[in-house]
Amino acid sequence: MSEQTSVVEQAALPQEEQNGGKRRTMTLNMGPQHPSTHGVLRVVLDLDGEVIRKAVADIGFLHTGIEKQCEARTWQQVVPLTDRVDYLANLSNNLAYCLAVEKLLQMEIPRRAQWMRVMLTELTRINSHLVWLGTHALDIGAMTMFFYCFRERENILRLFEMFSGQRLMTSYFRIGGLALEAPRGWQNAVGKFIRAFPKSIEQYENLLNANPIWMERTKGVAHLTLDDMLNLGVTGPMIRAAGLAWDIRKDEPYSSYQEFDFQVPTRTESDVYARFQVRMDELRESTKIVIQALEGMPEGKFQAEAPGVVLPERESMKTQMEALIYHFKIITEGFRVPPGEAYVSVEAPRGELGYYVVSDGATNPYRVFMRTPSFGNLIALGPMLQDTLIADSIAGLGSMDFVLGDTDR
Amino acid sequence: MLTEELQQIPHVQAIAAMPGALQEASVQHGEVTLIIDPSRIVAVCRLLHDAHGAERLSGLTGLDWYPMEPRFEVVYLIHSVRNRYRLKLKCRLAGENPEIDSVYSVWRAADWYEREVFDLFGVTFRNHPNLQRILMPDDWQGHPLRKDFPVHGHKYSYRAE
Repeated sequence: MSEQTSVVEQAALPQEEQNGGKRRTMTLNMGPQHPSTHGVLRVVLDLDGEVIRKAVADIGFLHTGIEKQCEARTWQQVVPLTDRVDYLANLSNNLAYCLAVEKLLQMEIPRRAQWMRVMLTELTRINSHLVWLGTHALDIGAMTMFFYCFRERENILRLFEMFSGQRLMTSYFRIGGLALEAPRGWQNAVGKFIRAFPKSIEQYENLLNANPIWMERTKGVAHLTLDDMLNLGVTGPMIRAAGLAWDIRKDEPYSSYQEFDFQVPTRTESDVYARFQVRMDELRESTKIVIQALEGMPEGKFQAEAPGVVLPERESMKTQMEALIYHFKIITEGFRVPPGEAYVSVEAPRGELGYYVVSDGATNPYRVFMRTPSFGNLIALGPMLQDTLIADSIAGLGSMDFVLGDTDR
Repeated sequence: MLTEELQQIPHVQAIAAMPGALQEASVQHGEVTLIIDPSRIVAVCRLLHDAHGAERLSGLTGLDWYPMEPRFEVVYLIHSVRNRYRLKLKCRLAGENPEIDSVYSVWRAADWYEREVFDLFGVTFRNHPNLQRILMPDDWQGHPLRKDFPVHGHKYSYRAE
């Protein structure tokens, strides 16, 4: 048939000429249970043939009221709640919250604890990017990637278990430092993993970089301009793939990131492939940071000298009355934080993660607002998917790398 | 009215020069907070966006100071990547029918954040394109982040019925 036109050509026609003069749109519900929404996200698609005319994201299915629960807990008890916000970047959440409260307390953290925090949050970034890469590739049809990525991720989870006793909800950072001293033999364990990791990155890239199917499905797909992204509140690897070298670790260094040597990878194409490349480069940069932290880890305490805020050591509790009293007070009542408010943002694997913490001088927070990167990035979902093909929406969604727990809190 | 430290910051100066916009200004822990007259918020945001490089609305949230009046505060976390500054704007709203203009026309990111504040605090944003609940179910009664809303909700009671 000579009159038959492709879907893309159809979409380019003026609306009244499409479908032989009869324009019909179909509304399709994608989710809340859909394998490539990676959680419970509902996207309402207005379809014109295979072209998405309008995409509206419907969130809130995973809303658990974490911000409200924070107000009913003591300052230290909030830390495990922050783990559950973004379950792939739990330590980044711990870090942002602890930094905000420490800012209110005007507390100085020992250098060793700061470096330890950097090392572990970078391992978290690798962990998160591995889950993203595995699931994103699986969505597009490259199944092997999933097994390879989860193989390496398993090693990171073992490291987390070694440090904190938990694989996922580690809660390893505390206000004032870390929960525990690093376990015996951590240098060997981390070193063994991180020195072997660059080989794994090469393996992933060998599978994907020149893979014609991968290129076809990712190049030029789900494009957004930089100005649109800034206006819509997109952050992290997505905005760096549009050419903006903005990384909070560089621009507003926290937890002694200024002492580390690393690059901010950028691309300018702003499509799914560029986001893939940025994240692959970030895996390399994170590896660099972890190796620097491993080799230059300073000696010292893992918690600040702050009686009344930080729990006393077990030994001193057996010999000193004050230590016992402080322990009792911190556990039963919690500590007081001077009235005021602080906003601290860190570079989480997905983008800007900010904690806005308000204190009225009590033992529990007055308000904790979490500016989560997934929420900010998902605002751009509608504009990104508009006038693209429905098959590309899977690649587009995957490239955003959102976590629904992080979106809905 | 401004301290010397604040007078050196060009965007704070520009807002102070707008008639009737700035109510209070303070610096705490190195963070600048400006209290803005609610009726002028869109004009102030437009000025920051157009003339002072504030291309991002990092976040937008609410605070409930129940039972004090004015009860609500709407907090705008503004960020400029180009000029490298962060700024907090606050608008104080009364507890009875809190209403404020939407800044959606300046930053499209405000869409979801304002819906969230509407959902959880019950603050109405005028001229918002689609002001509906975003996190809670559509038929939910009340606004969970208000201080007079119990943490365990109204639905469950631990007392015997």
